[in-house]
Amino acid sequence: MNFLHRIEPDKEKSPFLHTVYDGFFTFAFTPNTVTKGGVHIRDGMDLKRQMVQVVFALLILYLFGIYNIGHQHFIALGEYPGFLQGVHLKLVYGLIQIIPIFVVTHVVGLGIEFFYAYRKGHGIEEGFLVSGALIPLIMPPDIPLWILTLAIVFAVIIGKEAFGGTGMNILNIALLARVFVFFAYPTYISGDEVWVAGLQGLAAGSPPDYGWIHLSVFNPLFEALNLPGYNPASAVVDGYTGATPLSLAFHSGWEHVTEVYSDSQMLWGTIPGSVGETSKPLIIIGALYLALTKIADWRIMFSMVVGAVVMALLLNTWGATPFMQVPWYYQFYMGSFWFAMAFMATDPVTASGTPTGKWIYGFLIGFIGMIIRVLNPAYPEGWMLAILFMNVFAPLIDHYVYQANISRRLKKARAVA
Amino acid sequence: MNNKTSKAVFTIVAVLSANASWAQAEGSSSGYGTYLLYGIIVVAVLVFFMIILQVADNLLVIEAKQSGVASKGANFSLFPNWKELFAPRLPEYLEGKPVTVLRRGHNINLEGEAERVLDESVQAKTFAVQPPNFPGISPIPKVMVEVGDEVKAGDHLFFDKKRPEVMYVAPVSGEVIAINRGAKRSISEVVILADKEIKYRELKAIDPESASREELVSHLLDAGVWPLIRQRPFDIVAEHDVAPRDIFISTFDTAPLAPNLNFIIEGQEEAFQKGLDVLNKLTDGAVYLGLDGRGKEQPHAAFTEAKGVEVHYFHGKHPAGNVGIQIHHIRPIGAGDKVWTLGVQDVATIGRVFTEQRFNAQRVIALTGAELRQPRYVRTYIGANVGDLAKDNLANDHVRLISGDVLSGKKKTAEGFMNIYDDQLTVVLEGDDYELFGWLIPALNTPSISPTLPSALFPKLKKRAETNMHGEKRAFVVTGTYESMLPMDIYPQELMKCILIGDFEKIEGLGIYELIEEDVALCEFACVSKQPVQQILRQGLDMMREQA
Repeated sequence: MNFLHRIEPDKEKSPFLHTVYDGFFTFAFTPNTVTKGGVHIRDGMDLKRQMVQVVFALLILYLFGIYNIGHQHFIALGEYPGFLQGVHLKLVYGLIQIIPIFVVTHVVGLGIEFFYAYRKGHGIEEGFLVSGALIPLIMPPDIPLWILTLAIVFAVIIGKEAFGGTGMNILNIALLARVFVFFAYPTYISGDEVWVAGLQGLAAGSPPDYGWIHLSVFNPLFEALNLPGYNPASAVVDGYTGATPLSLAFHSGWEHVTEVYSDSQMLWGTIPGSVGETSKPLIIIGALYLALTKIADWRIMFSMVVGAVVMALLLNTWGATPFMQVPWYYQFYMGSFWFAMAFMATDPVTASGTPTGKWIYGFLIGFIGMIIRVLNPAYPEGWMLAILFMNVFAPLIDHYVYQANISRRLKKARAVA
Repeated sequence: MNNKTSKAVFTIVAVLSANASWAQAEGSSSGYGTYLLYGIIVVAVLVFFMIILQVADNLLVIEAKQSGVASKGANFSLFPNWKELFAPRLPEYLEGKPVTVLRRGHNINLEGEAERVLDESVQAKTFAVQPPNFPGISPIPKVMVEVGDEVKAGDHLFFDKKRPEVMYVAPVSGEVIAINRGAKRSISEVVILADKEIKYRELKAIDPESASREELVSHLLDAGVWPLIRQRPFDIVAEHDVAPRDIFISTFDTAPLAPNLNFIIEGQEEAFQKGLDVLNKLTDGAVYLGLDGRGKEQPHAAFTEAKGVEVHYFHGKHPAGNVGIQIHHIRPIGAGDKVWTLGVQDVATIGRVFTEQRFNAQRVIALTGAELRQPRYVRTYIGANVGDLAKDNLANDHVRLISGDVLSGKKKTAEGFMNIYDDQLTVVLEGDDYELFGWLIPALNTPSISPTLPSALFPKLKKRAETNMHGEKRAFVVTGTYESMLPMDIYPQELMKCILIGDFEKIEGLGIYELIEEDVALCEFACVSKQPVQQILRQGLDMMREQA
């Protein structure tokens, strides 16, 4: 402890170093500050603990996501089609794919965070802990790193620091990064190619895109361990499309989806998609953890499901396009509904603040998101846009809830008088 | 069979009979299409039956309301309402009594509850009256004594120049040994070295039954008990020229390690009832007693059998015992309303002005906290020296002495004095040490409302309190904890934000008049962002008072 205090950079001479030191120091040690005025004892819960619970809930999604990147890659190549075949290859492939995304996200995001903490002269706040864990999970596995960098710069500076830092933002940071990629680089992110990593093209016969790390680091290693290695001569098999269930359903309805993917594949998540969004049971486990620990609000989650079901039923009744005719319960097998529900809509900073507001907020996200998913001609998914849309309206919902409280009080006072 | 169970049975029978007819319909049919047809018929019949039932039921309720038999909260419907079905098991002594069940809040279980023993051996040598104890009086009151003067208990010490009628008096007899000053020459303490045997200033005998309200008020002002009456909104010393709408007294305390008022009232029953009689003469409204409905212990007969008051039971966690919460559920404070609140021992002190014809400022105080060798009750007077009360009893040097409870009490040094409205001295450990990965490790000893810490899973487990912040201050994050800690129809977090930006209209609309610091103390305890909620609220209250 003495040693740590000795190496503390001077606040006057090198303020930036001091900010960084302080950030890491408070990460390692809870400060020894005691209460002053007001309450004398404080709850053990602070923002750091609050936020790290979300990261806990995301860990299993990371594990599955990493594996699934590799799994989808080899399915495209027609190798190791069984889920547990070629485990080492899939795992290493996924790691090689995700580690750069994770590192870039944190270096860029935390870098900006540190810089602003130093400029404004406050401690480093933990807001990016969750955003940084979420962003890799909602990106396509093949995202170019420079796009990712730009997206994070945009999201953190415009979305958060411009509004005053952690706790002050109006829009969800992670979704803002995603929506930046979506609108600024539509050619990269739309279409079917981005959802499966490491292919030079989706046409039959396209070779995989292995780098030196696959061929000259891991291949010799696997060889030494007497395991099969990466095969640069393999090629995408005939008839492979790499399309997500949603785009299949959008173009030609549910029958077409079931021709390519089975129900259980879609449920367990061995399908192409963003890194963390595919496995529904694992996401639901995370959601339950967050709801039981009261980190995320169950009202938002529940009412969002209700909203989505209601809209899906309405669309079923209408049934004008093949996508509308997809049975309402199958809508929940596809896309990122569960991930958005568990981790995006429930962000306490951007969601509605009042219990009543939360019911309305969640319901409208589910309702509007389903409309966008089914009726939007350009891109068959809607949660990102619906949540950002409702983020903007959350303060308005709260305003009316507070007004109702105020007029209720006035009425009571009048009744008493 | 009581009313609630019979209603539940009725509901079940209604549902079952519907099921039975469904089963019959299935049995008599053969084809798939007829199933559907029978099903629809059954549903239609059921809906029709329910509509008739519902209409009849509503008529019954309306009739009950119009004829005036439906008193507060009684359910005249055939169906049990939501609240009745999920009501907690209430203790038996509440049968047929007006009870409010509060679901929000949190009990902080700490080590060091006072044993039910009254230790007469502990005596403080010095006592003080502290002008900062009274929110709203000017910082430099006019002091009528000098250092070295001999005073009797009940002698006038000082008064507020803005309201010279309200006298602040000596709690004990003895020599004035110091008049301490704080910042900007404000007076912080008038200290008295107490005599061994307390001498009292004799007051004239007055019969509260026959005296007029004006006579009573001027007698109370002269006797020095007036500052014991507090006025809401703002929690200030009561204004002697207003008639309060109502007077509220909470007869139980739910704060951490709070003293047991059933024990404290023993031996003061007569004075307490006398005090209530006097208060009844001061208001045109009612005197309300808030009683303990938690069921651990039946409230003392002095409370349940009190005459001339309306009793109301409260069942719930802290802050159910706070008088502010009780006012909100009995008769909330609207704009322009003024109500008075008192502590139980304050009422007894007022009573003794009439039973003993003197200002007897006796207080039973609970010495609590895990850092005391023997947490127990002591008998002393208002404003006793904190160090004298705690000395010989401290198990540890590195402690904080608090006049009041750990949530809304005030930090005191050993030279400090008990605040006038407090009947509890808490001693807790100073937690000024670093904790490795404190935000990650689920420490068992840390009290918390969050299920991510093990202490929330074992709510009965007693924790050793310490004063660490457990984190750094952050911007408000809307986690909903504030709302879940305050059993009132108020949005505390939005209120705090409005205070910080100074939006007067909204502050008033969101109900600031119903709150004082102790009511939001639990919000501050639970705040993830470590915001000073009580301080912000006081800032808002001061702002509103200047406006008024």
